[in-house]
Parts: sequence; C-alpha cells; structure tokens
Amino acid sequence: MLQIGTTHYLVVAALLFLIGMVGVITRRNVMIIFMSIELMLSAVNLNLLAFSRLYGLHGQVFALFIAADAAAEAAVGLGILIAFFRNRATVNMDEVDLLKG
Amino acid sequence: MTPVATPFFFYFLSGVAIISALVMVTKVNPVHSALALIVTLLSSAGLYLMLFAPFMAAVQIVLYAGGILVMFLFVMMLVNIEDLYIEKMLNKQWKIGLAATAMLAALMLGALLIGAKTLPQQFVSLPENNNVQQIGLLLYGPNMGYYMFPFEIASILLLVAVIGAVVLTKRRAQ
Repeated sequence: MLQIGTTHYLVVAALLFLIGMVGVITRRNVMIIFMSIELMLSAVNLNLLAFSRLYGLHGQVFALFIAADAAAEAAVGLGILIAFFRNRATVNMDEVDLLKG
Repeated sequence: MTPVATPFFFYFLSGVAIISALVMVTKVNPVHSALALIVTLLSSAGLYLMLFAPFMAAVQIVLYAGGILVMFLFVMMLVNIEDLYIEKMLNKQWKIGLAATAMLAALMLGALLIGAKTLPQQFVSLPENNNVQQIGLLLYGPNMGYYMFPFEIASILLLVAVIGAVVLTKRRAQ
C-alpha cells in the first residue's frame, strides 16, 4: 500500500486553492465569488494542518484563527453584497466599474 | 488511535472534495454551488480528522458548514435573482484569469517539487484524546498563553465585523 505523506495533502490543498481562484477570477456572480474565497481559506487550513503534523500544534491554532477570520469576512462581505444589491439591483461583479478609467 | 485504511479514505475524501469544488465553480445557480461547497467542506473535515486535528474538524463542520453556509443561503433568499440563466456566467477577462491561475499552478508545482525534499521525515505525536486541552493551553494557558494576544485581536476583529455588517445593511434615513 502506498503511504500517504504530507505531500499528498499539500497537493490536494493546492488543487482546492486553484479551483477557488478560478472561481474568484472568472465568475460574475458575487455569491459564487464569496463561496470561492471560503474554499480558498479552507484549502489554506488544510495546508496548515498538514504542516502541524510535522511541526507541532501551532498550525492548528493558526487554522482556528483563519476560521474566525473567514467568519468575519463572510459577515462583512454579505453586508456589502446586500448594500450593493439595494443600490444597483444586481449581483454581477461586472457592474462594479466606478473606478474604471 | 491511528487512522485505519489511510490510503482509501484519503483518496475517497479528497476526490469528493475536489469534484464537488469543481461542481461549485461551474454551476449557474448559486444555491447549487452552496450545496456543493457544503460537501467539499465536510469532506475536508474528514481530512482534518486524518491529520489528527479533531477540534478543527468539529470547528469546520459547526462554523463553516453550519454557520457560514447557512448565512450564504439566507442572503441568497434576500437577493432575488430572476434572470440568472439568461445572463453570461463568466466575466470578460476569464481567459486572462485562467492564464494567471495556470501560472500560479506552475509556481505551486515547482515549490512542491523543490520543497518536498526538505520536509522532515518524522511525524510529531499529536495525541487526539487531549487535542482540545492542548489547543486551549496554547491559547490561554497558565502565565499568559502563547497566543493570548492574537486571540484578543481576533475577538476585536469579530466585534468590528459584526458592527460593520449591521452598519452596512442598515437602511439610510431619507
């Protein structure tokens, strides 16, 4: 049987992060962009836990901080989304072009 | 307790996680995407359990799948999107975005190939029966836990986020 090492987990975390990045960059819907950001944060957590298997428990504490950070980010992001929807009646990121030259 | 049948569960859980992440990114309807994201987060909670992190697995299920995703679904009910299937799914710069992602993928592949040799071979023992106690001691143990100050900063961050969310969603007086 092939032994599962740290590198296997790092590859899975990298794949999840890249899928989340594709979602953030290419999709128009703000909801799916937020969900992709959550997916990227979760992939980072997987990386931290894979390294905590090698270097001790501090990685798990950092993963806990990232989870708290993700909750705060989701709350503020959804607040911005609701305010934006109230002003423009759309959830497409293409419509947010006020800073475009 | 060491995990049983590690290769089978690793490939099963990571396969489920990656496939449902792809489903999440490619679905048109955000409700379907949210359900696929719940599957991804639950299977990565299983991966956390295999990495001897039962507390983080519980936090993942309770906070991500139970809290944040429910909040997403709740907001989706508030913003009604009727012409979802008529509009384009991808934005204008999606080709450049895919190119940038491919470049990041190449960078990660190089870092993995070079860095995998430098990793230590020996695993640290992380006993599962006192995992929560050990994390608690690191956070607020005797004579000021190691992460006491970052923990307080995180609590202030959450307070600011709560106030910010309330202020942002409040209707302005005319």
